[in-house]
Amino acid sequence: MITSRRIERRVIDLYRQGIITGGCYTGIGNEATSVATAFPLAEHDVLVPTHRDMGSHVVRGHTPVQIMQQYLKRATGQTRGKDSSLHMGREGSNIVGMISHLAHMAPVAVGVALAERQLGRNSCVLTTVGDGATSLGDFHEALNFAAVQKLPVLFVIVNNQYAYSTPVSLQYACDKLSDRAAGYGMPGETVDGTDAVEVYDAARRAYTRGRRGEGPTLIESVTMRARGHSEHDDFKYVPSDLLEAWWRWDPIERFERYLEEHHVMTAEERRSVGEDVDHEIERAIDIARADPMPTPESGADGVYRYWEPRWTVPSGEDWELEP
Amino acid sequence: MSEATYIAAIREALVEEMERDARVFCIGEDIGHFGGAFKATEGLLEKFGRGRVVDTPIAEGLILGVAIGAAVRGLRPVAEMQFADFVACGFSQLAYNASTFHYRLGVSVPMVVRLPSGGHVGGGPFHSKNPEAWFTHTPGLKVVAPATPRDAKGLLLSAIRDPDPVIYLEQKYLYRREKDELEGVEAIPFGRASIAREGQHATVVTYANTVSMALAAAETLAARGYEIEVIDLRTLVPWDWETVVRSVDKTGRVLVVHEATRTSGFGGEIAATIADLAFDRLDAPVRRVAALDTPTPAEKQMESYVLPDADKIEAALTDLLLY
Repeated sequence: MITSRRIERRVIDLYRQGIITGGCYTGIGNEATSVATAFPLAEHDVLVPTHRDMGSHVVRGHTPVQIMQQYLKRATGQTRGKDSSLHMGREGSNIVGMISHLAHMAPVAVGVALAERQLGRNSCVLTTVGDGATSLGDFHEALNFAAVQKLPVLFVIVNNQYAYSTPVSLQYACDKLSDRAAGYGMPGETVDGTDAVEVYDAARRAYTRGRRGEGPTLIESVTMRARGHSEHDDFKYVPSDLLEAWWRWDPIERFERYLEEHHVMTAEERRSVGEDVDHEIERAIDIARADPMPTPESGADGVYRYWEPRWTVPSGEDWELEP
Repeated sequence: MSEATYIAAIREALVEEMERDARVFCIGEDIGHFGGAFKATEGLLEKFGRGRVVDTPIAEGLILGVAIGAAVRGLRPVAEMQFADFVACGFSQLAYNASTFHYRLGVSVPMVVRLPSGGHVGGGPFHSKNPEAWFTHTPGLKVVAPATPRDAKGLLLSAIRDPDPVIYLEQKYLYRREKDELEGVEAIPFGRASIAREGQHATVVTYANTVSMALAAAETLAARGYEIEVIDLRTLVPWDWETVVRSVDKTGRVLVVHEATRTSGFGGEIAATIADLAFDRLDAPVRRVAALDTPTPAEKQMESYVLPDADKIEAALTDLLLY
């Protein structure tokens, strides 16, 4: 959680300095959900995350160096400058790279689960959406089919109160988003998304059910988007007293108190971990900034896995027919 | 040896690939116990079981999203849309998800989407679409459009083995019209047109339903002493521009024909390429025969009025020959 928060704080700094460009989305406020849902996953389980799931990426092994290479659009980044932010997940990894159409990833997550079952692996799939994406048809189609097929998918709705500027009062009219689970024939529960322990317990129950062949689970994790939609957004539409009140529920501070109360970690140990994390992030930024930018021409590469040069239709005079 | 229809050729290719490669599976609506709306998958459920012949709810976005998820995990899904028209419900899964995976992340998406396409079957505005231009305008997708039972089989074998997402446009009008001997049909490489008829006075460049209509027109014109060359492109992305240019070099006159509507149709792309690469070989303007820019009407005579047929192709060729 600390790594996730501190990477994103530095990403915001770099964005303000004009070093990171384009959209700048963070998961500040979402760390407990993002980390604690991914934490119980087994190595062979698969993650289908969103752009606010920095915590899941860190848990599943993406390093600060890889993340900075990606944000800085370096030739060494996973998308080599072709895409940005947390759209990460190379072939062979157990992370499926997202597209910006967030609800579209829900059917993809179900397809991953179907494939894992056909391949004889008892893998669970974790996928997340925000409160906004629950309003799209793809989300409904995915939950329905996952339940019909009894696939081991954990659907997490990160209810962070705003979809861009749209408050939940304009997004849905049900009491809790987890109420929808009953309509699909799967269990659903709403958890305090700022409480890492509560989220972790709920996720673990879902994976246990999934591995037993009992099908998917829906968890609504209630938290707050503590920043704008993207960093260009001053989120003035969020009442300031709501934001101030929310910071008393900062998931990281809550978990730190938990660790202290349970004598797991002292304040001194936490400080030391924090320093190590900061050091690693600064090193990652230095490495990524020293990496080469992609060449402009590479923007035309890799559209297909297999493409023969002669298939490209020439233009102008610089061509000849095959003999 | 026995002869097979176009639809039987599709089924034969599916069975052969599913027997050859355990990663291949079919997914779609009514494809299992019912054998598919057009019976393309008849008998497959009994032969391969529920795990590899997956019946879904009515949800095209889901089918395509699940196919993407399965493909990125290493399976080879063949998704059936009941009619090409309904692919619109899941369009962005193809336009943004499947088509960009390799470009973004180097992840191969080996999936096939079978689209029962085309008119001349009294299907009306929602069961007659020729949607190729939606997909030829989407980099990252390959597009094939067989016109004969042999090509239907050979191109489906190639499509299933291809590491990229392939849109397979199959023609309802051709399903049960003609039969071919399928003995010895192998995978047909993409980007290789077939010269359906040789000639030296004019070239027809076409594909799918209108190939047989162009051949009928050529037959009529042969009686009047004109030899028409008919090129069946077979695949549109990639398309065999070399064979087209070589033919124009010989005949100097070109008619581009497709059943899809005219404006922004793939024929415009062919015509523009000829204008670019063979301008000094042309003895006449490049002409087009295509559907009028309307939805496809349900009533038979209205449909015939709107869609191309052999008579319209013959009239356009006569005009072109006399230019």
